[in-house]
This record gives sequence, C-alpha cells and structure tokens, in this order.
Amino acid sequence: MGEELKVIVFALADEQYGIEVDKVRTIERMMPITRVPKTPAFVKGVINLRGVVIPVIDLRGRFGLPETEPTESSRIIIVQVNDLEVGFIVDAANDVIDIDSDHIDSPPEVVGGIKAKYLRGVAKMDDNRLLIMLNLVEVLNKDEIIQLEQFEG
Amino acid sequence: MDMNAYLSMFIDESNDHLQSLNENLLRLESSPEDLSIVQDIFRSAHTLKGMSATMGFEDLAHLTHEMENVLDLVRNGKLRMNSFIFDTLFKGLDALESMVQDIVGGGTGSADVSELVGVLKKIVSGEITADSEVAAASAAAAAPVQQAGEIELDQFQFSVLQQSIGSGHRVLKAVVTIREDCVLKSARAYMVFNVLEQAGEVVKSQPSVQDIEQEKFDRSFTVFLISQWTSDELKQQIGSVSEIESVEVTELDADALAALSRPSRPSEPERKTDKPQAGAAAGSAERKAPASGGAVAKTIRVDIERLDVLMNLFSELLIDRVRLEQLASEIRSNELTETVEHMSRISADLQNIVMKLRMVPVETVFNRFPRMVRDLAKSLDKKVDLIITGAETELDRTVIDEIGDPLVHLLRNSVDHGIEPVEKRLEAGKPETGTVHLRAFHSGNNVFIEIEDDGGGIRRDKVLATAVKRGIITEEQGKTMSDEEVYMLIFAPGFSTADKVSDISGRGVGLDVVKSKINALGGSVTVTSELGKGTVFSIQLPLTLSIISAMLLKLGSEKYAIPLSSIMETTVVKRSQIHNIHGNAMTEFRGAIIPVVSLAELIDSPDYDDSREEECEAVIIRKGDKWAAVLVDDFIGQSDIVLKPLGKYLSGYNVISGATILGDGQVALIIDPNALIK
Repeated sequence: MGEELKVIVFALADEQYGIEVDKVRTIERMMPITRVPKTPAFVKGVINLRGVVIPVIDLRGRFGLPETEPTESSRIIIVQVNDLEVGFIVDAANDVIDIDSDHIDSPPEVVGGIKAKYLRGVAKMDDNRLLIMLNLVEVLNKDEIIQLEQFEG
Repeated sequence: MDMNAYLSMFIDESNDHLQSLNENLLRLESSPEDLSIVQDIFRSAHTLKGMSATMGFEDLAHLTHEMENVLDLVRNGKLRMNSFIFDTLFKGLDALESMVQDIVGGGTGSADVSELVGVLKKIVSGEITADSEVAAASAAAAAPVQQAGEIELDQFQFSVLQQSIGSGHRVLKAVVTIREDCVLKSARAYMVFNVLEQAGEVVKSQPSVQDIEQEKFDRSFTVFLISQWTSDELKQQIGSVSEIESVEVTELDADALAALSRPSRPSEPERKTDKPQAGAAAGSAERKAPASGGAVAKTIRVDIERLDVLMNLFSELLIDRVRLEQLASEIRSNELTETVEHMSRISADLQNIVMKLRMVPVETVFNRFPRMVRDLAKSLDKKVDLIITGAETELDRTVIDEIGDPLVHLLRNSVDHGIEPVEKRLEAGKPETGTVHLRAFHSGNNVFIEIEDDGGGIRRDKVLATAVKRGIITEEQGKTMSDEEVYMLIFAPGFSTADKVSDISGRGVGLDVVKSKINALGGSVTVTSELGKGTVFSIQLPLTLSIISAMLLKLGSEKYAIPLSSIMETTVVKRSQIHNIHGNAMTEFRGAIIPVVSLAELIDSPDYDDSREEECEAVIIRKGDKWAAVLVDDFIGQSDIVLKPLGKYLSGYNVISGATILGDGQVALIIDPNALIK
C-alpha cells in the first residue's frame, strides 16, 4: 500500500481530473471576471476573492481544448502552488475521493488531447473510471506562457 | 528554558545595541574628550555581553567582554582613545555584527575572534599604547584637578549621603594626610580604610580605593562615609594608625553636602579654557546628545506581517465604505446617510492611523551611512564629513525597505567620484575636508532625498565623450543636448566616467540600477551639477505605495484607474485637432505638440473605439518633461484606491501596474502611465 491521497475531482470536457486537496484553497462559483489586456487568450482576467485579486485561467484554453460558455455547474478552483495563486475555470467540481498513490500510473503520451508533461499520472478509481492527475507546476509554468505569446505575436 | 522564544528578542535588541555602539563610537571619534559618550558605549557593550552570555553565544560574549575591558580603561581615564583603538573597536563591532547576522540566519553565532581578542588584550595591557606623549598630556591635565582637591560627588553618591542624613546617620568627611617619609603609603592607607570600614560605610573616596591600593596618590586622600561615630571618635581612631601626619574629620549636614556637590559644575568651564579644542569638541557633543540619546519614545515591537494584515483588512473596510456610500445615496434615508457619513469620517481617521503605522523614519536607513562614509573615506584617503538632515522624515515601510541600496550607491558615488583627493581640494582652494549632505524632506505627497557633495562636479565633455565611446548616443546627438540631459547619461546602462576602476564604485553597473529601482518605487531621480562646486542627486519618492489617489475612467464596459500623480489635467480633444505626423497621432496642447495615445487601442478594448467619436475626453499625463494626451471614453471621478498586486502569475505585463477593488466589488485595473509615454 502506498500513501493515501485526498483528491478533488473535477470535470473538463469528457474527462475526470484530480488535484491534491492540499493544493486547493477554495472552490468558488463563477463570478464577474475583469479582463486583463495583453495576456494570452486562456487568461480570463482577475477576480476579487474576498479582497485579494487573483488571476483566473480557463483550463480548457490552457490545454488547447475548445472553450465553451460557462454553465450553471462551472466552478473556479483556486489553487496555490509555491507562491503562485491562480483560479482554474472547470466545467464542474463535485467530489473528494481517496486514492492510493500506488494506483497512479505514469501517463501515456496524450490523454484527452493533453500533453503528458502537464500530467502527473493516471489513477484508476474504484468504478473503473480513469482519473487524470495534474502536474500543477507545469500547468502554471510561466516560461511557457511567454513562449506562447511569442508564437501568437 | 526555551531559548527560541527569546531569540528574536535577542536579535532585535542586539541590533539596537550594535547600532547605538556604532553611533556612539562615531560621536566619540569626533569628540574624544567626552567621557559621557564612553559611558553610553560601555553600557551598551555591557548589556550586549550579558545578553549573549545568557543566550549561550560564547564567542559573542567573549569579544564583547574584551571590548568592554578597553572601554572600562577609557572610562576611568586610564587609557586615551586613539585612531588605532577606534579602528580596533570598529573591527570588533563588525565582527559582532556578522555574528549576530549569523544567528539571524539560523547559525550558532560562533566565529574566530581570537585575533581581535588578542589585539584588544594588548591594548588593555598597554603593550599597544596610544602615543605616549598624548598619554602624558592627559595625565598632566588630570593631575591638577585632583590636587586642587575638588571632589565630585555624582548624583547617586549625593543622594545616598543625603538620605543618610535624612535618616539620622552621620555623614563624615575625612581628609587623611600620610607623613612624607612614609615608605609604604598604600599599606598605611589600607590600615586607615580598615578603621573606616569599622566605623561605617565608605561612600566615596578620592582618589579611588583602587588607585590608593596601587599607591597612585600623592600624600592625602579624602573619604566620605556614613557612620554612627562622632567626628572626634573617628579622628582619634585614624590618628592611632602610625605614620599619619594629620587627620581632619568634619561632620556634614544637608546644606554642607549640597554646597559640596555644586562646585563640581563650575569647575568644568575652567578645564575647558585650559584646553580650548577639547572644550569645543565636548560642547558640540553635548548639543548633539539630547537629539540622539534624549527622549526615549514609548514603543512596542509589532510583527510587520500583522501590520500588513491590518492594512489588508482596512482596505476591505474602505471598499465597503464606498459601497455603503453608494447605497446611502440611492436609498436616501436620512438616518442611513448620517450613519454612513459618520462611519466615513471614522474610517478616514482610521486610514490616517493605519498609514502612519506603516511609516518609518528614514533614520532607519540613514543610520548606517555615517559609518559607511567614514570607512570609505578612510580607504580612499580622503576627508569627508557626512551631514544628515531630516532623518526623522517618514516614509512607507515598503519604500524604506527598497531605498537603502540605491542610496548606498549614490553616496559611494559621491565620496568616490564627487569629493576630490585632499591635494586637489587644496589646489582648488577648498577646505581639505569634503562635505556630503544627505537630506530628506516632505513636499506635498512626495518625499525628497538629496545627496549633495562639494566635489568637482560632473564634467560635461567627459560624460559626452564616454557616452559616445560606449555607443549610448551619437556625437551629433550630444551637441544638441542640454546639460541636464547630459548629466542623466550617467544613469544609462554601461556607463562609467571614473578614470580608474575602483572596487568601491565605477564599474558602470550601478547608477542605471539605481535609476530603475527608484522608478520601480514610483519615484524619479534627477541630477544637477556645477563644475568645481559639486553635484546634487535628488530623489523624489511617493509617500506611500498602498493607497493612492486615482482618476477612475470608463472605456466601454470596462473601468480603469490612472494615478492622479501623473495626471496634469483633463480636457476634450476634437477629432479634427488630431494630426498625423510621421505616422504618429499628435495634437496641439498649450502651444506644444504632444502625442495622442488611444487607450482603447492599447488595451484592445472589446466594445469601445475612439476613432468613431467626434469629440473625445482625454487626460494629459506627464512623465518627466514628456507629455501625452490619452483618449478615454468617459470619466467616473476621482477616488482614493487601495493598490492590490495582480498576482505573481500576471506580473510582467507592462501596461497594467496593478489592480484595485471598486465599491461594487469589481476589480478595476490600474494603468501604468509610464508605459503610455515612450
């Protein structure tokens, strides 16, 4: 048996993703977002989270998936990695589960159209569904954003 | 006992003591005769020793102990300060500082202090002496004072004696003279003291008991004691000791005592007239004393993070206040309006106090400079006086934290490049000691810090030649530049005019860093100079970085803020007034042609386009002496806003310098005016 991990499960496109609970500060309903000019398209802007200004990115856009209009079930997951605090817009967030770290396999090259370097691994859940664990450090890698900008610019 | 709980207190207090040691040593260096400064130094050193020994920092305690020994000798007039002792003590302080730094960094604070300790021990033992002439002179100066029989009772001794009289004891003054042919004066004196101790308690002896034991007295000594004996009894007892020539015992009452304690003061000016130089030095030190050591403000130490939290909470409150004001104006209920108005007033007062809490006097940065300039001048073999004024001027903590390095750089620059070597100064008919003024003062919503030296000034031709050589400007450009523009070239990256590269300044890295750092703080730096007379660097800084006045404006559905500090005025620009010159939109404003910036275009506004408007609202903004007209949709109004960082993830995007939260809870972005003017 490996370590027990508590994981927040959220939906994006047709897949289920997981983030360790200790990286998540809070989960919020959609709220007004102020656009920040001159940023990549997936950066939706900033929100006022109880007096603190926090940038929000659309995780669909970040992974190059087609973006959709937010729905009633859309959520903003505020994560904190190192000293970065960022909100992720996801389709839905609905579950907290325990998984065994031994059950996380290294990811295949491409899962659901997302590059492997954004992923920590794939975990098999009890009901045989697959849970994709995110590598948050890579997802929030700023160098890559700057490169992206240069492509676009 | 858990030492960790006391560690931070220890560190804070050690730093305070080290700072005061530094300051007082510098004061002493300029007026070596003032023994009251030595007392202060001794007290700080003593406390530091005690603290570090308690905390188990042996090396720290050990070194402090040796320094204390040297100071003790100085305090008792047995050793005269000279530049060697000063240097050794300063080195000791440096070592102490680095040990404390080590402790701050989680280290054990241990260091090899044996060399310094050795030198200090030699000073104590007299192996390394002040030049003997000086020592002799001081001994000669001290001697007449003693022979005149003046007895100085200090405040403590005086009050002890006075209380004894009050409580019915006798206070006796005995003047004992030993026979001239006595061989073992100290032995006789010892026997006399034996008698005295039987009689009562010796409060004061002149010369001191130690000196008497070491036979450092002429033939007579004077003793004050508290006793139940009568004066005759005492006289008889002392007289029974052999080889005593005479004994005079007088009983003192309160009046006589008061009379005794007084003459000590008038005697001081006499000594000063003997040695006019020393007198002047002591006088100046006395004048300084109340400023630095006088009033001790009642303070408590507060964790900086707590102040930040307080500031954040307050800004939340400010946002709610704006919201409440909005609601009250909509609902129009008298009672509500009154309450909200009252709350607004209180929150305005609260804002003042919270802001003041974060204000720190620039002294905290300035106080390390005298030492730095001293060392620097010494290593460059120059003579430099640093004169600090306005050290009490207050600035926001965030600014204080950042301003130290740029100031160090400018000061080093002034001492290294500004002030000329002694020979050159004499040639130019200037006093051999150069002067660097460091001034801080308030002006409006800004704080100015000026560094002025009376050195050689900036040579325009030299600066231009270097700038051309380094490829910063072309020769053509140089010809048309004003003096001010030329001087500003020294802030360009990769610039240095020093003929020799010294390790102090002059690698050309630095002044450009100084400028960018000051700009990052929302300030600016300018330089004026007169050849042969000197140079002035002037730094302008905002009072605070956390709450600013700003103009809120609308651009379609979006709201933005521009800091009021860079807005000159608001105006209306007609489309017909905008001309296209070399592909740049320009307009005429007060007789000058200034560029027109379309904010909508710059920030890719989704739903506003100023080119469709016939008349546009515009703000005239200024950066240095450059102006620009910024076209906007509409003005919302002027407001105090709380600056919020955009978060690390979005740092590095130029046009936006931060964000603020409006009364309705929405985030509005703050436009960086510097990015609008190229």
